[in-house]
Formats: sequence, C-alpha cells, structure tokens
Amino acid sequence: MRFLLLFSRQGRLRLQKWYTAISEREKKKIIREMTTMVLARQPRTCNFIQWKDLKIVYKRYASLYFCLGVEHEENELLALEIIHRYVELLDKYFGNVCELDIIFNFEKAYFILDEFLMGGEIQETSKQIVNRAIESSDMLQETMEEYMSKPAF
Amino acid sequence: MSPSVPLQEMIRAIRSARTQCEERGVIQRECAAIRAQFRQTDNGGRSHNLAKLLYVHMLGYPAHFGQMECVRMIASPRYSEKRVGYLGAMMLLDEKQDASLLITNSIKNDLSHSNQYVQSLALCTLACMGSAEMCRDLAPEIDRLLRSSNSYIKKKAALCAVHIVRKVHDLGELFVPSARSLLSEKNHGVLHGAVVLITELCERSPETLERFRKTVPDLVQIMKGLVISGYSPDHDVAGVSDPFLQVRILRLLRILGRNNEAASDAMNDLLAQVATNTDSTKTVGNAVLYETVLTVLDIKSESGLRVLAVNILGRFLLNNDRNIRYIAMTSLQKIVLTDHNAVQRHRGTIVDCLKDQDASVKRRALELSLALVSASNIRSMMKELLIFLSSCPPELRAQAASGIFNAAERYAPSKRWHIDTILHVLTTAGGDVRDETVPNLIQLITNTSELHCYTVHKLYRALLTDISQQPLVQVACWCIGEYGDLLLKGECQETEAVQVTEDDVLDALEIVLQSHMSTPTTRGFALTATMKLSTRITDNVDRIRSIVSIYGSCIDVELQQRAVEYNALFKKYDHMRAAVLERMPVIQKNSLGQTNGELSEEPMKESQPGKVKQEETALPPQPAGQVVDLLDLLGGSQEPLQPGSSVAGSASTQLTAAPTSAGGDLLDLLGGFEPTPLAPAPTVTVYEKNGVTLTLSCEQQSESGLTVTLTASNSTDSDISGFTLQAAVPKSVQLQMRAPSTDCLPAHGGAKLTQLVVLNNPNKVNLKMRIRVSYTCQGSVVQDMVQVDSFPGL
Repeated sequence: MRFLLLFSRQGRLRLQKWYTAISEREKKKIIREMTTMVLARQPRTCNFIQWKDLKIVYKRYASLYFCLGVEHEENELLALEIIHRYVELLDKYFGNVCELDIIFNFEKAYFILDEFLMGGEIQETSKQIVNRAIESSDMLQETMEEYMSKPAF
Repeated sequence: MSPSVPLQEMIRAIRSARTQCEERGVIQRECAAIRAQFRQTDNGGRSHNLAKLLYVHMLGYPAHFGQMECVRMIASPRYSEKRVGYLGAMMLLDEKQDASLLITNSIKNDLSHSNQYVQSLALCTLACMGSAEMCRDLAPEIDRLLRSSNSYIKKKAALCAVHIVRKVHDLGELFVPSARSLLSEKNHGVLHGAVVLITELCERSPETLERFRKTVPDLVQIMKGLVISGYSPDHDVAGVSDPFLQVRILRLLRILGRNNEAASDAMNDLLAQVATNTDSTKTVGNAVLYETVLTVLDIKSESGLRVLAVNILGRFLLNNDRNIRYIAMTSLQKIVLTDHNAVQRHRGTIVDCLKDQDASVKRRALELSLALVSASNIRSMMKELLIFLSSCPPELRAQAASGIFNAAERYAPSKRWHIDTILHVLTTAGGDVRDETVPNLIQLITNTSELHCYTVHKLYRALLTDISQQPLVQVACWCIGEYGDLLLKGECQETEAVQVTEDDVLDALEIVLQSHMSTPTTRGFALTATMKLSTRITDNVDRIRSIVSIYGSCIDVELQQRAVEYNALFKKYDHMRAAVLERMPVIQKNSLGQTNGELSEEPMKESQPGKVKQEETALPPQPAGQVVDLLDLLGGSQEPLQPGSSVAGSASTQLTAAPTSAGGDLLDLLGGFEPTPLAPAPTVTVYEKNGVTLTLSCEQQSESGLTVTLTASNSTDSDISGFTLQAAVPKSVQLQMRAPSTDCLPAHGGAKLTQLVVLNNPNKVNLKMRIRVSYTCQGSVVQDMVQVDSFPGL
C-alpha cells in the first residue's frame, strides 16, 4: 500500500498516512486529486479506480471516505476488507465511532492504525490482539502520566 | 485514555471559525503560542503542544518548526511524549529532512528498551520513514529482534525488515535465515509478517526465490490448516479463517510456482480445495477466491484447474456486486489471449455487461468483447457492438468505433455486410472515427465493383437525411461523383431504387457545399464530385459550370484553386474533360501504403500545357517515376506526400500518379531490385553491391516495439563518404531513425557504420522496410535501394 487517506464529504482531510517517501508538494497534489476523483464518483459505481500505476480503492462510511492507494499486484477485494477492519477497530475503541471522534482524537486514530498496519502491510490479523495492544499502551501512558504528575517530595 | 483537553479546545476553536480568514487567524495565534511553549523548558504539556501542531499540519499549514521538538520528545523518558514524538516524526520528518538522521540514535536505544510498547514505537517509525542510512545502521538490531521470543515484537520486526529490504536491496541476504525459521510459528501475526518478508525477498532476487521454493510444502500445510480447520474466533471473518493470511500465502505460492513444474504440482490439490471450499457469498470469500484464480492462472497448473479458475471468473461475472464483476473482467482481459476458448464460453455474460451502468465496467466489457470477436461469431457480436455504439458514453466512442472497424476488416463475412457496418458506424459515431477511415472506406468501395450501385444509393439516402457527420458526407460525395450515372439510372438489384433526377443530385451536392456544417475538406470533396458529374450527366452541364465558376472567387484558397482549374478544364481543355474525369480504376490494397486510395488515370500521351489540378481524394497523389522525390517523401514516417504540382511538370503527364499498388509496380518504376531472401540468422545481409555491404539485425523490445540495427561496411579499395540511409515502412508502423555513428566508411572494411532504427508496430502488420542507400565513392554519387520483406528473429 502506498497511502491511506480519510476525508469528509466536503473534501476536508481527516487522516493521512504515507508509506513511501514523497515531498510535501507531491502529497498535497495527490490529496487534491484523490478527493476530486473520489467525490466525483456516482453512488452506484464500483469501488476501484485505475490511477496512474496504482489502483485506488475507496469506500464510504457515513460521512467519511476511506481511500487507499494500492500497488498493481495487490488484491483489491482484500483492500476493501482492510478498510472494513480498520473501521471495526475504530468502532470498538471509540464505541460507535463517528467523524467527530476522529476529528477530536486524531492522534488516537493514528495509534490504532499503527497497531494494525505497518510499512503498508498488515501486521496483525486478529482484532482482539490489536485491541488489547492499544488498551495496554493507553494504560501505560496513564500510569506513567499519573506517576510523573505526582509531586516529588 | 483521557482525551487531551488543550488539543480538543484548539480543535473546537478552529472549527468554529466561520471563514477561511478567521481560521487562518486562529491558527496563527495557536502556532505562535506553540512556538513559545517549545522554547520553554519542560512543563508537562509538551505532548499536547506537539499534538496541536500535528493537527494544524493536517489542515495543510506549515509545521516545520516542530521537527526539532519531535526529536526532543522522542528522546524523552516519558511514554506519552515518546508516543506523540514518534507520531510527529512519521508525519513531519521524512527521509529527505536532515533532522531525520538525528532520531537514529533514539530509535536504536528504544529498540532495546525493556518495554515492548516503546520498542514497537521505534519499529513502527523505522518501518514508516526509515531512510537508507538508518536502515543500514539498524538492520542487525532488527535481525536480532526477529529472533526474540516475544511474538508481538517479532511480527513488527518482520515488517520492519520488509521496509529495510525495499530501501536497501542488498540487506535482503541478512534476513533470509530468520525469515525461514519464522515460518514454523503458530502466531498468525508473525506468520503473516514472515510470508510478507519472504515474498519481498523472493521478488528481489531469483537466487533467494530458488532457495525458498523448498518452503512450498510448508506453505501448503499452513493453508490446508486454515481452510479445513474449524471455526477460530480469533481470526474468523464472515466464515473464512484469517482471509488476510490466506491471500498472502496464495500470493507467495504464485511467485514460487511461476515457471516451475514441481512447485506448481505441489500446489494443485490445495488450490483446487480452496477454490471449491471457500464460501463465496461475502466479499471476504471472494477475495480469497480471486487470489486463488490469479495464482492458478499464473503458475503451471493442470488444465482442469485452469478451467475451474475461468469458471469461477464466469461466476463472478454474474455476481450482483459491481466490484466483483469489474475484477472478473480485468482478470479475463489478462487471459483472453492465452485461454481464448475458455473465455469464449462466457461471451454472453460479457456482452451483457456492455449494458451495465458503471462506466469502468462498460469499458472493460468493450475491451473484452473486441478481443472475443472471431469469424464464427462476427455477425451477432457486431449487432451487439453496434447497439452499444449508439448508446455508449462519449469517452468510449472512439475506441469502440476503431475496434469495430478492425473487427469488420478481419472477419467480414461479405463485402456488403462490411460496407453496411462501416456506414452504420459512420452514421452513429461519425465524429469520433479516425481520419484514415475515409480513404479506407473509399478503397473498399472501389474494390467491390459489384456493389457500386447499391453503395451509391445507400450513401445518397444517407446524405439526404443528415449532412453533419463529415466522414460520411465525404464518402458520399465521392461516391456520387464517381458513380452518379448508376444513381441516375434508377435501378438497382440490391436495394430499393429511388428515382433520382440530375437536379436532385446536384441539389444535394450544393447543399453540402453551402452548409456551414461542412468542413473545407468536405467542400473540396463536394466540388470535385460536382465536377465529375459533368461527364456523367447529360442535361445540367451548364448548372455545373455555373456552380464551379461561383467558387472561383471563394475565400477558401483550396476551393478557389480547384474551381479555377475546373473552369479551365471547361474552357480551354474541354476536349480532355471526358478522359480526365473518367472512372477511377480499382485501387489495389497496398502493403507499403504511404498513401492510400491513390491511383493513376490513363497516362495521357499528349504533352500537357499548363497545370491542371490533379484529381483529389483525401490524400494528395504521388509524383510519377521520380525516384528522388518518392524517396524524399518516404524518408520520414507518416508525412503526407507533397502534392504533385510541386514536381516540375516536365516528365509527368497530366494526371499521372504513381500507382501505389502492391510493391511490384512501384518497384518497377524505380528500377527494380530483388527482395532479400529469408534469412534464418539473427543478422541478415540485406544489400551487397560494389563492395558495400549492409546488414540488418533486429530485437523485439516490447509488445509492439522493435529496434533494428543497420550495419554498413566497405570492402572496396577507396574510402566512402557521405553515406546515408533512409528508410520507409508500412503506413501504420511508426519509425524513428537515430543518428548514425558516422557517415564515412574507410576502405577495406576499416570501420563499420551503425544506425539504429526504432519501430513501433501497434497494429502488428506484416513488417516490411525499404531502405535507400546513398554514398559518394571516388567522386561519384551512388544511390541504391533495397527492400526488406522479412525480419530475422521476428
């Protein structure tokens, strides 16, 4: 996978993850192209677009568009499953996730993504293990914070 | 985890801004505050500030001043700060930034941290943005982690290794042993990582691929376990056990089984099992089936399995889900050439998909349908394709039209059918056809002498209905001009005849001449047709004369010239008019057709005073017998030929044009030569005369691209200078001549001359090349020509 983008129906970017090294300008250009291309699609068309040498797989969940740029050899149907798995993970974490959750807690959305995908590939295929890992990291952060904020006498 | 309040407050503030300007103001204030905070010492709120900055960055505002803060936060002992610091590093620092090197040390330390979550942060960041130097530095660490006992770390280390291999190919060797041992893990996450790593290693190096072929039995075993085993709640997705891992293993099997009989045999059973057992009601199941089909079609599978795979694709075509239909067609496209018969079985479904709502599905269906046309199904397929053409989206029109023409040309069951089909296309999509359609159609019509009457009647009727489609109007005008007498005779065997009077015909042509929809080319056609009719009709010659003289003062230069010359034909050369405007002889289908639809009238014996505009069809005529001019014109690739009037009218007779018939006639004019015999060797000598030898070798570069190397040498006693080569190829082939290595050939074969010619043959026509050799030897200029009919190694 080359990149993962989340954007709203108005074209505002909510999440971006890049798995190859490209310049800021190039990133902005791709984001613009993706948003225009995906938002222009008719409602009942298929979820795959051929773009340059990549396949763009996108899916709409409520008001958010999830957009993946995958390489030529990758399985598009599986990419749809990847998107779905990520949404399930977010849903489990936030409890009935909606766009606002992702806006106000974007860093957590990233943490969850980084437990599920790494370097453009899936790192864990079990939902439960990913959830447990995130919970543990959160726990670690809380205890550390509590510990650090205790006044030292 | 408790939310970051300062961050959320800022987000709320930004979102409540009502205009872009207001938002910019809020963000500027916040950034200033963040910058101030960064300068201060540690106050416990650092992670919140960086998080704020990252949000601002996501909105598109510059955030480079946060890079050093990221570096500092990564080095902090606090987990919360590390977490945000690493996130910032992944978002703000990429390998192009200098600051990225500064975190190498922190990453190195964190890789050996006691806490696995800190280790995981470091691994994730390295896998996301690690530069080549960082990868080289840290590769041994990653290898060590691959051997650790913690599966949480192992799976991440595997993917980190994948990134390292992608960045620095040589380091692949380092990971081969660990990758091999990881395959015996039970943990799915680690297994998945291992399969991805092995796939990456095998794709990079063929030797590694050989070594990993031995793992095929292990992989088959793992897959069997996944497919047959019972329900596993941990990894189940809609009834399929760990589809992500299954798909990855199938992909690896594909790479290992490609071009290898033994490995492919080992997988046959498994693939058949997966193909039959996987539940295809949900997308997950179909994803696994899809990967299985791709694997079966790519390895050396047995034919029964291949048929099974194509049948699965056929089932996909009937699926309600549009995505699945789309990928089925994409896959069928890839195999339509190799497994043609298997795909033919699903022709009906594919043709139905032409009517699908989705534009991408339509496009794929069109490409597949065109590939499936054959002699046996041409009539029914063409019916469907023509229906499609009338309702297809505009972006597909040109492709559909040219595809239909190609198919019609290859498989037309009868001439009449062929002409009807082309006319149908011209009436429905006339604006989207290519330019050479007009001359091609004219050539086809003249070749079908038995249908002249039928054709001209049909075209006349079409002209009466609609004059907006230019190609159709052009062809119609040409036919009416040529066969006007047949039209006026009023009887026709093939179709219902209409009583047409001379006035009607002239009216029709005049409408075309005067219509604002007609392009200048079309007007030219119409004017010439009107002129030709002057010898074919009896009563209204005066009317024609008046039409022609009106256009003598037309603003369009081309029309004016024609009109003036036709006028001259009426006045001064009236005695020649009949001969000049005689019926055109049949145009030969030419193989080296630089021009098309060109031919000569009977050469006039009398000397011709003055210039008479030569008979015009879509392309200007060739000059006759002038070797120099002909070859000049053939020097480039698709340049249109210069009009005959540029040749000093001396030797040529009035309307003589070189027949562009099959190579034979043309070559006779140019003083003949023998085509070279077929040569089995890769290099062939194409020309050998007077001590000058020219050899040719060619190399297929791609599907349609070909590089030809011409080598010349000189075995005479004297030096040769000014050696040039010119080449000409059939019309649809594109030619590009590179600069020659030299233009002098020293005596006694002292040195050779090479010249590269790059050809592109997209229509896969029979490739021929004519080469003109010209050089100066002992003060005299020598010119010669050779034709190459067959290319070695092709």
